[in-house]
Order: sequence, then structure tokens, then C-alpha cells
Amino acid sequence: MKKTLGAVAVAAAVALSLSACSGSSSSAESAKGEISYWLWDANQLPAYQQCADDFTKANPDIKVKITQRGWDDYWSTLTNGFVGGTAPDVFTNHLGRYGELAENKQLLAIDDAVKKDNIDLSGYNEGLADLWVGQDGKRYGLPKDWDTIGLFYNKAMLAGAGVTEDQMKNLTWNPEDGGSYEKVIAHLTVDKSGKRGDEPGFDKNNVQVYGLGLNGGGDSSGQTEWSYLTNTTGWSHTDKNPWGTHYNYDDPKFQESMTWFAGLAEKGYMPKLETTVGAAMADTFAAGKSAINAHGSWMIGQYTGYKGIEVGIAPTPVGPEGERASMFNGLADSVWAGTKKKDASIKWVEYLASADCQDVVASKAVVFPALKASSDKAAEAFAAKGVDVSAFTEHVKNKTTFLYPITDNTAKVKGIMEPAMDAVVSGKAPASSLTQANEQVNALFK
Amino acid sequence: MTTLAKHSRSVSPAADKPQRNGGLRQLGDLKIALLFIAPAMIGFIVFYVVPTIRGVYLSFTEYNILGDPEWIGVENYAAIAKDPLFWNSLAVTGQYVFLNIVLQTALALGLALLMHNVAKSTIIRGTLLLPYLMSNVIAALLWFWMLDYQIGVVNQFIEWAGLPRVAFFGSEAWAIPTQALINTWRHMGYTALLIFAGLQAIPGHVYEVAKLDGASAFQTFRKITIPLLRPVLVLVLVVTVIGSFQVFDTVAVTSGGGPVNATRVIQYYIYQRAFTESDFGYGSAIAVILFLILALVAFIQMKFLKGNESDLD
Repeated sequence: MKKTLGAVAVAAAVALSLSACSGSSSSAESAKGEISYWLWDANQLPAYQQCADDFTKANPDIKVKITQRGWDDYWSTLTNGFVGGTAPDVFTNHLGRYGELAENKQLLAIDDAVKKDNIDLSGYNEGLADLWVGQDGKRYGLPKDWDTIGLFYNKAMLAGAGVTEDQMKNLTWNPEDGGSYEKVIAHLTVDKSGKRGDEPGFDKNNVQVYGLGLNGGGDSSGQTEWSYLTNTTGWSHTDKNPWGTHYNYDDPKFQESMTWFAGLAEKGYMPKLETTVGAAMADTFAAGKSAINAHGSWMIGQYTGYKGIEVGIAPTPVGPEGERASMFNGLADSVWAGTKKKDASIKWVEYLASADCQDVVASKAVVFPALKASSDKAAEAFAAKGVDVSAFTEHVKNKTTFLYPITDNTAKVKGIMEPAMDAVVSGKAPASSLTQANEQVNALFK
Repeated sequence: MTTLAKHSRSVSPAADKPQRNGGLRQLGDLKIALLFIAPAMIGFIVFYVVPTIRGVYLSFTEYNILGDPEWIGVENYAAIAKDPLFWNSLAVTGQYVFLNIVLQTALALGLALLMHNVAKSTIIRGTLLLPYLMSNVIAALLWFWMLDYQIGVVNQFIEWAGLPRVAFFGSEAWAIPTQALINTWRHMGYTALLIFAGLQAIPGHVYEVAKLDGASAFQTFRKITIPLLRPVLVLVLVVTVIGSFQVFDTVAVTSGGGPVNATRVIQYYIYQRAFTESDFGYGSAIAVILFLILALVAFIQMKFLKGNESDLD
């Protein structure tokens, strides 16, 4: 009864580790049999199941068993699997995580295979393949897809407010007065008596529809929350990317942007952070509680799938330096260092990264595959469904993307920044309080 | 009384034995005793003793689970002493335990008295246990949806009543009381059942005598029920306080430590450090501290509330 959770779990994990780490076997054995593959996005499962079936048809002695686990459990289950020897042979990997996994020798370097099998890395969208080369110069994954940020908006609400699609395509933003972006957001905000946010007598405490939805405080990356704004000012998360060793949350430029962002909730144009715990932002958008939501391209299916709501997608606003900005995140498939089916696993990773599989993924119109040619096919597949995705692809075409911050200690950085950002976005602390959090973060790299 | 009788029966043959065949039979009993204890003992050692010792060892190391633990002495403890999030987690947990235990014990005592004196139907008594039969996570998620700010049914009623909506899980002021109430709701039936069993053990003649002496209902409750119920109440308190200190699942599936740090209770903080941030040494050190706190709390409760003595003797 007095036992505490941490100690039990640690000991159990340690006991299991005794059975792990026996990964080598003869190459004939390692090229056939059943391999396991994990991913977290349920929306993509049908596409990858199709890939697995095609793969087995071409390689009858290899079977792929796919397991989908929700994002919340994915990484802790994976870590337990590494220790317990039950991790999947191949798994979907994230830029925010792979640095630590590579450093702890859990990932198989696949340089030799990539060279031997003549994989053409130039076929991928620019920069995606380089992301998966670790600090030690070795390759730990082949790119599978990418995502950028855009503005989903409720067409009926915009029409009702007299905001045109042209206006949405030419939004500007700056941290001082918010530019035309803030004007549109204010105009789209409606209180319970029908007054708009930019009209006199607007009651900010009784808002019916918010101009801009809120997903959360954004923790260390602000991927969909604020990075599409903060990074138009010339600010970036770290001193260099990938593998930066110094974070910049103490930069006055950044803090000024965050002050503006938190101010939206204060003015009543964006929901208060405390009201966003629970129902997902996309669902409250569907319930008519917000007019614009900034979100990632992986959400296209969900936003356009709601019945009875006409959804448009606009590019993120142009910032003070005259450019738009979007975080560019890419996933890859990696092989676990402890796999007993090394050759079969590498073959599967190469297949996942090939046009054969990425075209299948493209045809399902759920995400943008990493290969340029397949990306275009995905855009066509979206267009066939009546969805214009140029707001997302434009960022890549115009090179207005910046990379997801790849560093060591990402989990710890998130642990520090999550409460710090929540305090700022909820208005409990001024943006200048981020300076102290930044000191804590940078102390991790000393 | 029954325990005493059993005790004397099992002691007497053993006391006879040395006269007949020395210590041999006694040893024979020991072997059989060990055989019977073994299943429980193996479980206890494998799942409690070894992990505890291992956890204490790890608390003196730096360990990210994928590498090897590296001995760093008391560095983790020194860091914890200076960690504002640790002290915050103690304060938050304390607030939760206080609200949860006070409400839960008071309500459970009331329910137990009702079960004892009024609601004699098995169906009604059983109904009180229903929330306890639900898993913690399900109970938490159920309330999470019902209390949701935007689409929760409770907030819909609050709005119809003309009051402003309440961010039950999102506001720093409400997050802990909300979760303390949810777990009170889930556990009070079970706690009431334990107290109810204690009430049934109080002999009826004591109440008859009190009635003859003209004691009022309140006097009877204060002077007879409570003192005679004390050993059971202490047991219930020890068990529920320890359980309450270990609140984790409700937080993990709802507010996840936030808003800001308002629900970063101690178990959640341990989980965050160990499993999310791969700092198992640090997590183990906090776990050891929690272990000591709970041992101390249980000791104080037993000592000062005299939980191991009964006024019935």
C-alpha cells in the first residue's frame, strides 16, 4: 500500500531489461518473417495498411503487422518497449524525439543500406531528408511526410461579416497592433447581443463567437498556436537548427509577440486558456464557437469533414519582415536498434519512403507525402475532394518554412515551457516571465 | 475476542511439544508454515521489497532508463529541496487530500449511519457502492465531459440558471476542488461500507442502556457511536489518506498537471520526471520522499488516534 508508483514501474522495467538486448541473428533469418510497425495517427492507418499489403505481395516472405497507438501513449509505450525488448521493428518517428533516441543507441543507422540501394534523397521535398541525420552524422530515418500551418475559417461567418476570401489571402500581422489580422479577428468576434468586437459597446465577457480559436498555450514549440506569428519577426526558437544548444525565449521580440497574443484573450477576441481544457479546438470550431482556427495540415480531413459547415483555408499572415512563416515538421520511419529482423525492417522502411507507398498515401488525401512527386499527387487528391490546399503547399513552394526545433533535452524543455507559456497565454504572468524559464531551459545544455 | 481465542489454540500444542520430541516438530511446523506463506511472500518480495530497494538505490543515481544508472550520491535530493515544482506539488497534493478526506469521511459517516438505521434494503445499500465499481479513469472522463466548459451538460444547466459558466478543469481555483469532489463521489460509498461494518460491530445493548438513561440521539452519537467506532475510523482514515496522497489517474486523464501547475500533484510530477522526461533517478527520489511522508502520516494517525486499541474491551 505504501509502495509508490515510480519505484514499482522502474523496478518492473529494470527486471524486464534483463531479457532485452539480444538483437543479433543471422542475415538469412533477418530478411524474412513478420515485422511489427507502429504509427500514431488513426487517419493514416488505412493508407499504410494498403502499403503493407502491397509490400507483402511483392515480398511474400515478409509480413508487416501494423499497430496504431494514440499520441498520448505512443512514446511512453515505445520507451517501455525499448527496455523490455518488445519495441516494434519499425516505427513512425518524430523530430522532437529522435535526437534522444539516437543518443541512447535505440535507432539503427541506415546509411549503408541507403547507399547500397541507391535511394535518391533529392526526390524528397527540400530539407526533409537532412533532418534525419543525427549529431553523429549518421542517418536514422527516411522521410515519410510533412506538414505546415494554415488558417481554417468558417465561410458562412466570414460572408456574414463581409470579409472576402481575397482579404484572407492578404492578411498582415505585426506585434504592435496586430495588423489586418487582428482587425479581421476583431470583426469576426460577436458578443451575445450581436455586437462585433470592433464596435462600441462590445461586451468582452459575454462572447458568442470568437474571432480566433485557441488550442492551448503552445508549450516549447507553439507549432500551431503562435510560431506562425513569432517567427515572421526574424525570431527563431534556437541559436541554430537542427541541434541548437541555446533557446531564445528571452528575446524581447518574442516576448512582445507573446504579449500581443495573450492580449487577444484579454480583449475577448480569443477564448481564455482556462476554457479550452477539454473539448478539442476543432470540435468547438465545428460547434460554431470560433470563426478562424490556425491549425496544421494534418487536420484538413477533420475540418473539412464536419457536416453543415463550409470551411475555407487561408495562408498564415505576412509578418513585419514581409514574409509568411510556418513551422515545417516532417515524420520519418526509423528502425529499432534491437530488431531481430534487420534486413526485412530496412526493406520495409525503404518501401515506405518509396513512390510506390507514398503515392498510395497521397491518393487517400490525408497528409502530404515527403516525395515531391507524391506531394503533388496528394494536392490533386485533395482538390478532387473539393479542398484547396494551396495555403499549405505555398509555404513549401515559397520557402517560407522553418524547421521544428530539433535539440537534445526536448522533453525537459517542454516540461519547463508548458506551465510557463500557459501562465503567459492565460494572462497570469507577463511575457517577461519567460526570461526566467529560458534560463532554466538553457541550464539543461550546460 | 475471536483473534484471542484462535491465538491461544494455536499456541498451546506448540507449547506442549518440546516435552515430547524436542524442537523437531516445531521445525516441521515452520516448514509447512513457510510453504503456506510462500505464495504471498514471493509476491511481496518480487513486487514490493525488491522494487522498493531498487527504487531507493535509483534515487541516488542519474538514470534515463535506456543507459546504465550512474551513482551521484544525494544530488537528486539536494536538487529536489531547491525545486519549486516539488514544493508546489506538495502544496497542491495537500490541498487535494484535505478537501477529499474531510468531505469523503463526513459524507461516508453520514451514509453509514443511514445504512445502519434507515436504509435496510440491500438494493439501496448496494447502489451506494456503484460509483466505486467504475474504474477511476472512466469516472474521471465521465465528469470531464459533463463538466466541460463549452459542451458540458453541467455548464448548460448553470447557464440556464442565469449564472456564468465555470471552467471546472481549466481554472486554477476550481481544478483541484473539482477533482477532489469527483473522487469523493467515487469513494464515499466504499468508505461508508467500511464504517457501516464498524457500526454493526457495536453491541446493541450499549444503545439500549443509553436509551434507558435518557440520552438524546446526538449524545448517543457523540458519546457512544464515535468512541466505539474509533478503531474502524482510524483504519479508514489511514487507508483513505494514503490513497488520497497517491491521486494520479484523475489528473492524468483530465487536466494533466495544468492549468500552469495547479494540478501537478506529487504522483503526476513523479510520472512527468521519470517517464516523460526520462529522469528516473529524480523521479525515484521524489517517490522515496513520498514514501517517507506516507509512513510518517500513517504512524502519526495510528499513534495519536490510538487506532490499535478498542474501547470495547
